[in-house]
Amino acid sequence: MDIADFFDTFFEEAEELLADMEQHLLELDVDNPDSEQLDAIFRAAHSIKGGAGTFGFSVLQNTTHILENLLDYARKGELALRADLVDTFLEAKDIMHEQLNAYRNEEEPDQETYERICQTLQQIALEEIGQSLEAPAETTPSASTPAASAEATSADGSSADDASEANSTGHLKVALINVDDKDRFLLVEELEQLGNIESQSGDDKRYEVVLSGSVSADDIEAVMCFIIEPDQIDIQPLASGEMKTEAPAAQPEAQPTAEQETTPPASSTEQKASPSAPAKAETGDGQAKGKAKKAAPESSSIRVSVDKVDQIINLVGELIITQSMLDQTVSDLGDQTGANSSLQSGMSLLQRNARDLQESVMSIRMIPMEFVFSRFPRVVRDTAGKLGKEIELVTEGKSTELDKSLVERITDPLTHLVRNSLDHGIEMPDVRESIGKPRTGKLTLAARHQGGNILIEVRDDGAGLDRDRLLAKARENGLNVSDTMSDEDVYQLIFAPGFSTANEVTDVSGRGVGMDVVKRNIQGMGGRVEIQSKKGEGTVTSIVLPLTLAILDGMSIKVGGETFILPLSTVLESLQPNKDDMYAMAGDDVVLKVRDEYLPVIAIHEVMDVENAITDPTKSIAVIVQGEGRRYAMLVDELVGQQQVVVKNLEDNYRKVPGISAATILGDGSVALILDISGLHRLSRAKKEAAKPAKTQTMSFYKESEPS
Amino acid sequence: MSQANDRAVLATEADNSEFLVFSLGDEEYAIDILKVQEIRGYENVTRIANAPDFIKGVTNLRGVIVPIVDLRIKFHLENVEYGGQTVVIVVNVADRIVGIVVDGVSDVMTLTPDQIKPAPEFGVTLSSDFLSGLGSLDDRMLVIVDIDKLLTSEEMALVDGASES
Repeated sequence: MDIADFFDTFFEEAEELLADMEQHLLELDVDNPDSEQLDAIFRAAHSIKGGAGTFGFSVLQNTTHILENLLDYARKGELALRADLVDTFLEAKDIMHEQLNAYRNEEEPDQETYERICQTLQQIALEEIGQSLEAPAETTPSASTPAASAEATSADGSSADDASEANSTGHLKVALINVDDKDRFLLVEELEQLGNIESQSGDDKRYEVVLSGSVSADDIEAVMCFIIEPDQIDIQPLASGEMKTEAPAAQPEAQPTAEQETTPPASSTEQKASPSAPAKAETGDGQAKGKAKKAAPESSSIRVSVDKVDQIINLVGELIITQSMLDQTVSDLGDQTGANSSLQSGMSLLQRNARDLQESVMSIRMIPMEFVFSRFPRVVRDTAGKLGKEIELVTEGKSTELDKSLVERITDPLTHLVRNSLDHGIEMPDVRESIGKPRTGKLTLAARHQGGNILIEVRDDGAGLDRDRLLAKARENGLNVSDTMSDEDVYQLIFAPGFSTANEVTDVSGRGVGMDVVKRNIQGMGGRVEIQSKKGEGTVTSIVLPLTLAILDGMSIKVGGETFILPLSTVLESLQPNKDDMYAMAGDDVVLKVRDEYLPVIAIHEVMDVENAITDPTKSIAVIVQGEGRRYAMLVDELVGQQQVVVKNLEDNYRKVPGISAATILGDGSVALILDISGLHRLSRAKKEAAKPAKTQTMSFYKESEPS
Repeated sequence: MSQANDRAVLATEADNSEFLVFSLGDEEYAIDILKVQEIRGYENVTRIANAPDFIKGVTNLRGVIVPIVDLRIKFHLENVEYGGQTVVIVVNVADRIVGIVVDGVSDVMTLTPDQIKPAPEFGVTLSSDFLSGLGSLDDRMLVIVDIDKLLTSEEMALVDGASES
């Protein structure tokens, strides 16, 4: 077994720790810091340092080391926090993240940024506390662990100084409880690097190693916890009796830890609660960390690659199809032979179980919106700082769940919208004050379920969109607009390519690129963007997305002998067209009048070349659908019904097909195509144009209608 | 038996390739057997509108949507009929799965390198670019098709982007 096997575990754990650290830093109230939060930040830094040391990532280890020391001062109240210090800590966190990524890619981290951040942090220590931090020793990677850790303890504070000195000559008895041979071998190897192994003995149940050297119990634990659970280690100082009497004022750091490890949890919480010296507080942290570790990794979640989940989803999809095929057969049988009731009830049980299974499998892919929202405190803070604005960020509905693939794709557009709101929406504090608004602008991110969709809103209480200015700008850009346009349509103008009403281009936004990309991205996910705004009161940008890309609520329709699926979200209503309501336009175009609105008619059988379809519009059914903000009337033969379908990509093995967004497999095992409304309209137009001059070959408009 | 002889036998065996032989009309074609995933009947194909006529549509291959190409139409053969004998060879090319419709599959042949002759310049229907050669086996002639090149080619319109270039 190689220690490299644990690299991935460390990277993932460290990444989570960094994310935690950032979150706590952002939530931190600088004037009145919450000691628990400071502790949490410190703990995160401490754990990363321990792991980095174990794996020989010296640059990361040293950076964390300096940060950790500063944080230690902060949580002891010796370093007064200020917003700019938090900024620096955040920057340090970013750099640590970069370093982590560099190690992950088996590269050396950037030396320059490393030196710069170390210097910056040292500078803070010098200015704020009036003492410099010891520079971490630049020794060989793995050997640097004990040295740097020893320094960490010595730099922890005056009381800890004694502890580390006391430990430097001390002996520790490390007992490994219920550790199997493989791990034990690895752990002993680790211990060898931390100090001198004096003796070792025992079996799987309890294996004792006596270690001499300058290492503290905390450090051993920090190293070990990447491999085994904290409750599997028991560390006791050997000959501790003498040391206790020698240093009664400041208990050796190892001592309370060891005591806590051996005493039942109840008493350890007592210790934590009792007012105590800093050294004790730290051991309390150690314990808390141990507890969190115990609860977190194995019981609550496992990491599985998305590919595996997708494979399961595919298989379950197959199972559902097979089940409905069986169901069909059984019901046919029942008609002939008289129902075999146990077969029938077995089938319905199978059906229910299969559906439940599908639902739970789909839920694996669902992750809460918190994953998206959690990055925004930082975005808002940075952007607001850059713009000199005061912003309060409120998030609602963090627990709303969304498909993982969508979560990944929504982050960028959402960031863009947030930046846009901050830059163009919310006014400068002075301006806000002068018009009677609170100085601090409010930005709300909200997510909630709405039918089969998820609704994500970016709300600001800023200036709102200026209809007249949008129109003026649109004319300037040569867009075709009129004063009678609805507000909704006017607001949609900001999604036009190259459109920006900002008077000056700022660092943050205003270049006019982006909003069109936002809209395209969201449409690519099968969603849409809507804007509501009131001048002077604010803007609400709503993104409506399907919950998942893998399953679609569909309406199956029949044309001739063929079955197609219409996404249910696009279907508004269906009706039997009246001959009087159909109007022929120039050429072949036909419009259908529905409640004072003229909708272009798309006859599916014409666009899709379906034979034996109903060609008389008055005998067919018109389905009113909406695509890309426009409405169409689609002529179909028959509405079959509503059903959930598993979306299968056509491009995997074939290619994009105009007018078709994807395919699915029906209950009988055959393939049905899912129609793409706007694509169909384009195809129908291209087809009519191609048909006009001469009967061109099928191939040619197939090419033309291909969207680039 | 000398060792050198053994080695020679091994060497030629390594150079030999196996081909799946199928018929289109009266002609016999062959493709590299390693490209073949499976052989199945022709059934349940969903037509794709506005696609070239030789693309019959898509079918469900155990949950995977697979396009079906009729090589008989592509090669302008007469008497294109679909019956019990009509067979779909499912091939794996360029990370894609494609089914090709043929009149029948006859057998698997092993050809030595000297049995494969370079293909002469052909007519318009089947460019010699798509051929790896002609295989001669006793009095039979096999047209060895480079199925990778053929199916990813522009004129097959099976791959995105190919038709636009």
